[in-house]
Amino acid sequence: MSVLLDKNTKVIVQGITGHQGEFHTKAMLELGTKIVAGVTPGKGGTIISGIKVYDDVKTAVDFTGANASVVFVPAPFTRDAVLEAIDAGIKLLVIITEHVPSHDMIDLLLYARMNGATIIGPNCPGIAVPGIGKLGIIPNSVLKKGRIGIISRSGTLTYEIVNSVSVAGLGESTVIGMGGDKVPGTDFVDALKLFKDDGDTDAIILVGEIGGGAEEEAATFVKWNIKKPVVGFIAGIYAPSGKRMGHAGAIISGNTGTAESKINAFKSAGIEVAKNPDEVAVLLKRKIKR
Amino acid sequence: MVNLLEFQGKEMFRKYNIPVPNGRLLKSENEIKKLDDPSVLKVQVPTGHRGKSGGISIVKTLTEACKALENMQKMSFDGFSPKGFLLEDMVKHTSEIYISISLDRGRRSPVLIASSRGGVDIENVPKGKIVTFNLNQLIGIPNYVKRQLLKDLGLKETLSGELYSLIDRLWSLYKNEDAELVEINPLAVTENGLIALDSKISIDDDSLFRHKELSPDLGTDPLEIKAKKEGIAFVRLDGDIGLIANGAGLTMATIDQIALLGGKAGDFLDLGGTDDPAKVAKAIELVAESNPKTVLINVFGGVTKADTVANGIVLAVKAIKPRFKIFVRLNGFNAEKGKKLLTANGIKAFSEMGEAVSAVVLASKKV
Repeated sequence: MSVLLDKNTKVIVQGITGHQGEFHTKAMLELGTKIVAGVTPGKGGTIISGIKVYDDVKTAVDFTGANASVVFVPAPFTRDAVLEAIDAGIKLLVIITEHVPSHDMIDLLLYARMNGATIIGPNCPGIAVPGIGKLGIIPNSVLKKGRIGIISRSGTLTYEIVNSVSVAGLGESTVIGMGGDKVPGTDFVDALKLFKDDGDTDAIILVGEIGGGAEEEAATFVKWNIKKPVVGFIAGIYAPSGKRMGHAGAIISGNTGTAESKINAFKSAGIEVAKNPDEVAVLLKRKIKR
Repeated sequence: MVNLLEFQGKEMFRKYNIPVPNGRLLKSENEIKKLDDPSVLKVQVPTGHRGKSGGISIVKTLTEACKALENMQKMSFDGFSPKGFLLEDMVKHTSEIYISISLDRGRRSPVLIASSRGGVDIENVPKGKIVTFNLNQLIGIPNYVKRQLLKDLGLKETLSGELYSLIDRLWSLYKNEDAELVEINPLAVTENGLIALDSKISIDDDSLFRHKELSPDLGTDPLEIKAKKEGIAFVRLDGDIGLIANGAGLTMATIDQIALLGGKAGDFLDLGGTDDPAKVAKAIELVAESNPKTVLINVFGGVTKADTVANGIVLAVKAIKPRFKIFVRLNGFNAEKGKKLLTANGIKAFSEMGEAVSAVVLASKKV
């Protein structure tokens, strides 16, 4: 068993006719993802990479039995696209779109909970389960089937770490790239709950960064709930206070959200913290051997 | 975030029928002309603690007002020069309250915070004097919360109607304007009701497509302004190693690695996802403008292919003929293709991040 995504996951791509949507649909298919339909209002009937495009989600779901969606819709239309998907019965949504307003995300998060749906993202690489497929944009080349669960707030840094885990011969059970926004649909604790009892995951990597308090909460959760080995990495030790470092959520405000606080929280929960991205796999190997 | 100046915030308060003092915005002392009653003159800058830094003055006569404004005009507040001056009626009041609605990141929901000890930084108010109500975005503020708040703030029953409608208006503003913070501190309690003496409003910049009247906050650094206009995430730092990487996390991690090996990054530049070599070249030109001793380009290919970056580097080197040495690390998607291209153009590329960072730190010390 894997987390979130398994062989029964049937996927639609919302915004499939856009540049990004089309490009990444191809990559998702290459990895074996069961993409059953695309949705772009007004473009129904088009075929993209052999995938039929529908005008609306409800029809796509009725014809294909889809239960998950990857969203590439531009930010101003993301709220509506996700509401439409949830109303059509989609239970897993991965929002790749950047710059979705915080208020829209709060609404969507509550609406998803009310309907038993899970949101990953926005502004995220998405999730991947090597051997099954992926929902999102994690490069296929870095993935390798294995037993390590990875949860991250970053994009490229995640690929870097996934790659080093793969090269080290370990491989991944599920990679969850939650994105670096202020209001993520899924955060560390949500993701840790999924990995906690997953029989396919032996150890967990947490990749955090400055801003907010999600890593501190994750540390507390790990301390009391996770028996599996956990290794961490935090980016932004030398980031200045008060400056937004690329991600909307990556900002130290006053004394909160510093890398130091997060590293200390990790350490006090028994999570070993790597000094550089490559060291993550090294620490992990050592921990698993013990 | 777009942080509104006090007078912009108060304009927004007026739009939502939240009472504010009578006042006018001035650019220079010549506009004052006459002063009937003692008033408050407040400098308009995007930073706090104006009282302590001489940005707020009580003026009793026309001469006093002109003099105070002239003085403030020459001053700088946390590096910001005055964006105008607000001349407001004095408001007689018996006490000052703090009240705000903001986005609580941890709960991913709004929160209402209030205190009977307004007029000072909320961070400096004892915890026991602050009340917090966790709110639900889809529900708003229930009446029982309003009743509780009246009690907690020690307000008289006669003010209940006024407080309740003020809270409703704050909530409407928070929701309709995509605010991440709307704060009144202080909210004056007067014989005639409640009046907002100050305003602090932050709007989510990702929501500006539905708030066309607002413009994004570009900051003050000329290079950061230029980058923002180009759509490049750039923050100036105080080191001498120019840095370009792809992805915010990887860029931050590279800054950390440079520091751990004894160097100092001169900037944060996240290339983001791009398939355009010209954007890469533009980023290099931008970093060149900050006069780095050396430059490190650290790319893990994915959505941004490594050979796209290599193409951009070759373009930029031809265009600007840099005096600094460029160190490149390419890994991930199309890395080999990119490296071949760079080697053909006389630029060495590393595969491992650690090697590239060590090399650039060493070189920065020799220059």
